[in-house]
Amino acid sequence: MSFSLRFRAAIVSVVLSLAFIGVWHIATRSTGSVANMSPEYAKLMGLTATQGKSAMPGPMDVGAQLWEHVKRPFYDNGPNDKGLGIQLAYSIARVATGYFIAVLVAIPLGFLIGMSPLISRALDPFIQILKPISPLAWMPLALYTIKDSGLSAIFVIFICSVWPMLINTAFGVASVRKEWINVARTLEVGTVRRAFTVILPAAAPTILTGMRISIGIAWLVIVAAEMLVGGTGIGYFVWNEWNNLSITNVIIAIFLIGLVGMLLDQILARFTRMVTFPE
Amino acid sequence: MSIFDDPLDPQRRLARGCICGRHRSAAEHERAERTLRYEPVQSEVQSDEKRYEGVVASAVMRAVFPRDAARRAFLKSVGASTALAALSQFFPLKTATELFAEGATPEKKDLKVGFIPITCATPIIMAAPLGFYAKHGLNVEVVKTAGWAVIRDKTINKEYDASHMLAPMPIAITLGLGAQPIPFAVPAIENINGQGITLAIKHKDRRNPADWKGMKFAIPFDYSMHNYLLRYYLAENGLDPDTDVQLRSIPPPEMVANLRADNIDGFLAPDNICQRAIYDGVGFMHMLSKEIWDGHPCCSFAASREFITGSPASFAALTRAIVDATAYAAKAENRKQIAEAIAPANYINAPVTVLEQVLTGTYADGLGGVKTDAKRVDFDPFPWQSFAVWMLTQMKRWGQIKGDVDYKAVAEQVYLATDTGKVMTEMGLSPPTTSYKSFSVMGKAFDPGKPDDYLAGFKIRKAS
Repeated sequence: MSFSLRFRAAIVSVVLSLAFIGVWHIATRSTGSVANMSPEYAKLMGLTATQGKSAMPGPMDVGAQLWEHVKRPFYDNGPNDKGLGIQLAYSIARVATGYFIAVLVAIPLGFLIGMSPLISRALDPFIQILKPISPLAWMPLALYTIKDSGLSAIFVIFICSVWPMLINTAFGVASVRKEWINVARTLEVGTVRRAFTVILPAAAPTILTGMRISIGIAWLVIVAAEMLVGGTGIGYFVWNEWNNLSITNVIIAIFLIGLVGMLLDQILARFTRMVTFPE
Repeated sequence: MSIFDDPLDPQRRLARGCICGRHRSAAEHERAERTLRYEPVQSEVQSDEKRYEGVVASAVMRAVFPRDAARRAFLKSVGASTALAALSQFFPLKTATELFAEGATPEKKDLKVGFIPITCATPIIMAAPLGFYAKHGLNVEVVKTAGWAVIRDKTINKEYDASHMLAPMPIAITLGLGAQPIPFAVPAIENINGQGITLAIKHKDRRNPADWKGMKFAIPFDYSMHNYLLRYYLAENGLDPDTDVQLRSIPPPEMVANLRADNIDGFLAPDNICQRAIYDGVGFMHMLSKEIWDGHPCCSFAASREFITGSPASFAALTRAIVDATAYAAKAENRKQIAEAIAPANYINAPVTVLEQVLTGTYADGLGGVKTDAKRVDFDPFPWQSFAVWMLTQMKRWGQIKGDVDYKAVAEQVYLATDTGKVMTEMGLSPPTTSYKSFSVMGKAFDPGKPDDYLAGFKIRKAS
């Protein structure tokens, strides 16, 4: 009997996750050893102190809490307490805004850099210096100059997701096969038409790869930015629950951040497949 | 406390009179003592309409009988209620009271107020769920903020109209320490006392601070009472806080995790953080900040001068709401209700038990004992200018300010004692008549009139 590779891989995945949850459960069991304390004192203390409960929540706690969130994803208890669905929506909206501004800037600029060796050399030092800067390093500067925390978060997303797209676009445009350009030239195709009908389709796979890297970075950045500026978003949720030392909720948030990041990546991967062409 | 005077009380004495001097009368002194001992006190909860009615009525009374002696004789002979009834016959007291409570229409009704999720912010936070802002005609959104630097920047950026700040912060911002100088003002102190020194459980046998050399402590911010109090306490015990121990600025929520991870040995932190460390079994209460200086201010309610001059009526309404909430929080019998109101995730986001222990003052000390101290945290809005002078002396002592300081000028610019006094009088509370008072910190007297002499009296200070 032989199963397909896919099926066997799925079985291994399930076994691995079960093993992980099992180890997690055993590692976080209550120790049961409790110091003697008077009942009135015990009433004032937390479960960690009174029942020897592990400070780290077990998989059961996380599961129960996750179910609570899934049941009510869109509640709104005021400005500082909203459901996970609303928080995720805020984060995604911020990421989308910053990311689309970055797309609008990076792709035309990337074309320009790719098509003109002069601009490429002139802008190179700026790109090289700005590219490796951490998002959190931008934050104080953004808050101080833009004077609006929502816009600052979007700015930080923009500034961090623009570079991979810019570099990939420039690279894709510059490495379009010379023959195709020459054919276009012999047919006397104008610059603008050449850019749209020859270079764009040829460079599209590289550009989309850049966009895929960027969306990953944007999603990484939003959590950090929201932890700093607060108010709304999944990053704020993590911070708020950290504030209450609710590790259970922090674990749930980590899981969701991973899930949404994966979905965003898959969407871009699908687009990439759509524009890929065999040579 | 003396703020809650009844203006219609014919017995009201002009001079303060009780054994300790802190209460209006011997009866009030007795009542306060009882509260301290947790004995039932005859309820004297007064609704606010009653209080405003009192203010208006007493103004009318005073106009009708300008002479104190005549007014008292009249009140004594017929009783306050009869006198009021007689007055309202020819004066529309009800309408006047309603008009008075509304005040001027605020220029801006929708306001944003930032806060840090600690019990120091109690009046600011509870004013939202318990409706104090709404009562004063405002629609206030209280916004939780990640840390002191962020709350400072957001208030400077005008994202918040006013904010919860550590008491020394508005002074530091006005002087341009750690930020560009922007004139800020403090209309109300949020809380007095309510902090504590918490140490890791492993230090439970090292209670003498003289043995703390080399330990690492966390404080919430450089410009905080926590920083000054911890430095003061260490220095009084012969340790130089700059060279003998390490002081780190850590946001309060991260303190408990750091204590658990053994990165720090203890902290002087705002409450619910201290109690949270105990609740989670990682620390114990070495001492309450009250034992260093009973009645010290901690956090303040602050706004920029620009907001105050731009929207004076909104600012006045905000001040009234905060003073009102503070007066409500000062009453021990309201504390349980407040703990429940501010515990949800929208506000402080902490277990109710922890907040209750902080606010009611019956708490687990982390070493197996239950302690009671009704004044563990207290609320008194009056922004004493002498507090500001003391903070300035400490800023200078630890090298945050270099050169000469005009203590009085700064204190009077930032701490709006006169204005708040006026608001309190209008609301029927009785503010102190002066804005400077002497107090003692760890047994050492502080005279706000001689800050330089006070400063010169410290042996341990940063060499400048």
